[in-house]
Amino acid sequence: MLRERILNFVFAFGLLAVPLIAYVSDAPFVITLATKVAILALAGVGLNIALGLGGLISLGHAAFFGIGGYAMGILASHAQSYTLLTTWPFEIAGTKSMLIIWVVALASSGLAALIIGALSLRTSGAYFIMITLAFGQMLFFFAISWPAYGGEDGLPIYLRNGFPGLNTLDPIQFFTITYVILGLALFLSSRLSKSRFGLALQATRQNPERVEAVGMRPFNIRLTAFLISGMITGLAGALFADLNRFVSPSMFSWQTSGEIMVFVILGGVGRLYGPVAGAALFILLEHWLGGINDYWQFLLGLILLGVVLFARGGLIGTLVGREVAHD
Amino acid sequence: MTDPVLSVRNISKSFGALKASDEVSIGLLPGEIHALIGPNGAGKSTLISQIAGGLRPDSGTVEFLGQDVTTLGTAARARMGLARSFQVSSVVPDFTVLQNVVLAVQGATGHWMGFLRPVMKATGLTEAAINFIDQVGLTGRYTIHAADLAHGERRKLEIAMALALSPKAFLLDEPMAGLGVEGTGEMTKLLDQLRHKAPILLVEHDMDAVFKLADRISVLVYGRVIATGSVDEIRTNSEVQRAYLGEEAVL
Repeated sequence: MLRERILNFVFAFGLLAVPLIAYVSDAPFVITLATKVAILALAGVGLNIALGLGGLISLGHAAFFGIGGYAMGILASHAQSYTLLTTWPFEIAGTKSMLIIWVVALASSGLAALIIGALSLRTSGAYFIMITLAFGQMLFFFAISWPAYGGEDGLPIYLRNGFPGLNTLDPIQFFTITYVILGLALFLSSRLSKSRFGLALQATRQNPERVEAVGMRPFNIRLTAFLISGMITGLAGALFADLNRFVSPSMFSWQTSGEIMVFVILGGVGRLYGPVAGAALFILLEHWLGGINDYWQFLLGLILLGVVLFARGGLIGTLVGREVAHD
Repeated sequence: MTDPVLSVRNISKSFGALKASDEVSIGLLPGEIHALIGPNGAGKSTLISQIAGGLRPDSGTVEFLGQDVTTLGTAARARMGLARSFQVSSVVPDFTVLQNVVLAVQGATGHWMGFLRPVMKATGLTEAAINFIDQVGLTGRYTIHAADLAHGERRKLEIAMALALSPKAFLLDEPMAGLGVEGTGEMTKLLDQLRHKAPILLVEHDMDAVFKLADRISVLVYGRVIATGSVDEIRTNSEVQRAYLGEEAVL
């Protein structure tokens, strides 16, 4: 437990130190990479609540990531074109305010998680994986064929959205925003895992029959986990869109779902900092291996195979040792 | 006459052509241990599932504490105080003994919607849980993982989790299964104490334990209750001897 805490601190500190050094040595590209790690880690923190704590193998988290992205894209595109989002039943204008966009992203991905969860959580195992995948694909094809917001070409946003008191176009300032949000999500995730809900969720993963026999309904517990999980991943989607200043249907693609899952598995399923370690490793590999070889994803596949076969606890599990502490 | 705590009325349940429960009626009176015996495949587990809420009967009703609970789910019945143990020990393997029982204590209240405060630091919950663990004789084993417990200890842990539900009735499915002579003796003693908390519907194959504990026995054969009565009545019932133990057996 102590070793894992030290390791968590190293990752938290490292993710802060790298962009600071890059800032001092004037390497904005590295800051952008670190920002990407923070955002993708945030998406993984969301998935890790469903997957790691709840054992829910969702291959549809791109749905929430994409909804968060499009929440940003739709609001900001109306703001930049000075058009109203809707005129009925009342007028809604777009916005360039990150805070409002985040609230909308959280609410809309949460609503989607409730609906998708309520339908897919009636199944389990391979069926659950397939249904979540199907929902993701439905939204993917919907985004492709919806011409109002760019369709297949996606939707560029020319200026990054604003945050009171900060210049979000400055890479280090935008990084700070994402880093703080990641920190808050990790704090929430840590508290969740030790709470009443966390106890019930982890018990449901291991023995739902027993949970029911002591008076709690596994379905309700799982749906709550799916809701929280989807909202966090949705928020990451909004930030990711803001990082790229571009939204496209690929955010909804099943490859995106797969990548988010890869972060969690690489880092360590159910480990608090697993998604951070996984996303960092993924981006580093993409950067290094991608520089060496166009087929870097083949090498990534080999690494993933190695992790699954020989290092079940992922990066963090391997470095810390087998035991997950329960205090 | 006292009203039964739990009363099963004319329950039937078929799986295809197989009648697993055929017009079964059973009552559990306050303070009693009512044993349910029968050969393998008699439909005991199916009956237990219908009482606990995992299976819905095709016809008939289940009443608990004077309320018709036939359409209620397992969790709702558990919160009313219907506490069960499983034929194969069912605990949360990666949790400690204490976490398992805290889970049951929190389940009993139906309050799992706490998201930020650490549950294992809620002294109200942990103190109650420790009390239940002590009652079943697992004192000092609080931080052992359930997966690392001996088989008999896991059985006791299940009983502790049942106690945490403020039980109004126990539903125990073969609590002696797999226990050695010593373990069976301990469990018999424990069940004898439990009856003062709530009546027990006891499914059990160990006849010595059944005859020692039971106030009444019901015999289930091919989904039908062929006899209900005191230990002596069942021992001497010729139909039971024929159906359940074969012609030659003498109880």
